Amino acid sequence: MKILVAIKRVVDSNVKVRVKPDGTGVDIVGVKMSVNPFDENAIEEALRLKERGQATEVVAVSLGTSACQDVLRHALGMGVDRAILVETDAPLQPLGVAKLLKAVVEREKPNLIMLGKQAIDDDAGQTGQMLAALLGVGQGTFASRLEVHDSEIHVTREVDGGTETLALRLPAVVTADLRLNEPRYVKLPNLMMAKKKPIENYKAAEMGVDISPHLTVRHVAHPPLRKAGIRVASVHELVEKLRSEAKVVS
Amino acid sequence: MNSLILAEHDGHKLKPATYRAVSAAQHWQLPLHVLVCGHQADSIAQEAAAIQGVAKVIHVDAPALAHPLAEDMADVIVHISSDYQVILAPHTAQSKNVLPRVAALLDVAMLSDVVTVVGPQTYVRPIYAGSVYATVESSDKVQVITLRASSFAVAATGNDAPIVALNVSLEGAAKYGVRWLAQSLNVSDRPDLASARVVISGGRSLGSAAQFQAILAPLAETLAAALGATRAAVDAGFAPNDIQVGQTGTVVAPELYIAVGISGAVQHTAGMKDSKVIVAINYDADAAIFQVADYGLVADLFEAVPALVDALR
Repeated sequence: MKILVAIKRVVDSNVKVRVKPDGTGVDIVGVKMSVNPFDENAIEEALRLKERGQATEVVAVSLGTSACQDVLRHALGMGVDRAILVETDAPLQPLGVAKLLKAVVEREKPNLIMLGKQAIDDDAGQTGQMLAALLGVGQGTFASRLEVHDSEIHVTREVDGGTETLALRLPAVVTADLRLNEPRYVKLPNLMMAKKKPIENYKAAEMGVDISPHLTVRHVAHPPLRKAGIRVASVHELVEKLRSEAKVVS
Repeated sequence: MNSLILAEHDGHKLKPATYRAVSAAQHWQLPLHVLVCGHQADSIAQEAAAIQGVAKVIHVDAPALAHPLAEDMADVIVHISSDYQVILAPHTAQSKNVLPRVAALLDVAMLSDVVTVVGPQTYVRPIYAGSVYATVESSDKVQVITLRASSFAVAATGNDAPIVALNVSLEGAAKYGVRWLAQSLNVSDRPDLASARVVISGGRSLGSAAQFQAILAPLAETLAAALGATRAAVDAGFAPNDIQVGQTGTVVAPELYIAVGISGAVQHTAGMKDSKVIVAINYDADAAIFQVADYGLVADLFEAVPALVDALR
């Protein structure tokens, strides 16, 4: 089984982003960037499948500017076999990304395509499902467990109120939840070795895909901060306030 | 042209989020249809027909919809999509699974977790774990949207809209090679987290799954509350994942949110900062949670919570 894992370079989860004073966008100049956390779960699961002898090749792909090479190096450091950059300076949105990934899938012909369930910058959570629709294949989203059974996979996925398990014929698209696994740390020697590995480069403009954005960001702003309230000195005082002031308990 | 809501239900009743989506849909001033997909779902269709603001209910009933697949639901919506300018649903695990598929099949963008409808094609939605709100305009002829339910009011009842049965052949299993195998739902007497009036949430400080229940369950019972948890508590195995509150879990906005032993990382507060009243109980006076709490109690939760239960009884 050949696995394609799509990964996104995002602002690191520990960074507190600031909005530009003119409200045209978020200021990410010089901030720390990392692999989207859920995409790391996807890489990790693919690597484990290979280590168990259930996959033969793991290919990581990232889309965007040449800066995305750093997340691809991270994937190579973790142990993926090949890395592909689909290079573009154009702004990318989920539908366009899904269309580009479809073109990559048609070239690479993987049996399983994995992504993280959502990117922590736009919090859209759409790309995997869009890709599955465009490919005409099944989807197992928010996966917390994945098992291979011959030419199908069983995916346990998070739903409101619990989990459900689906059988998916391959090829299929799976999006990873945090609960799927704990991604390995990249050891320094592996990261050094990864720097020597080639990253294949496709130019998005040459892939015959319309990635023009359908959405325009008109304005960004920080939401009004919730005002900090008061400290209460005791449980007694808390109950007093909740009953008489906030009136939320009887 | 009309707008369409994909109804959210549990097999027996509509979820309150559907009523909130109906309120949101009024912004477009288009005839509003509600799509109910289910198995033996007549009573759910009737419930939808009683919501004020609904012009028609479309009811698709089939055994395959007892455990609906995203592939089938998306195909049903696409089948009727030519009548609709707006296709929306509350932001839930179901709609997150289904609507992006619909959007891609219709070759349009999708807006997830919209908090404000500014205009027929302009919305405000949270990004970066809700630390930034973006005003976004869509150029598509069909708008596909999920809405943050807590941002909209519950629509009233008293309506009597017509219900139309629709037969669509569902080929998800054969066409896409997907089969539903099993489910494991956490059964609880407590109210549903997404719509509960009061939510009691615990963090990793609770220490163990046993203590999470032992300390918080009595308080939840006293206040008829739902239980929530931080990602850290869920990852540590102290609580099931379906009660995780936060950027990547469920977003809640109850009347009262009590955060017990929760530090207040931005990824957690993203999921609860629109609550009407927030109470924080934490041993650490400098915990970030106190910056969003209306009432903060610096105390040992293992003493404070049982004392709170006694004081409330």
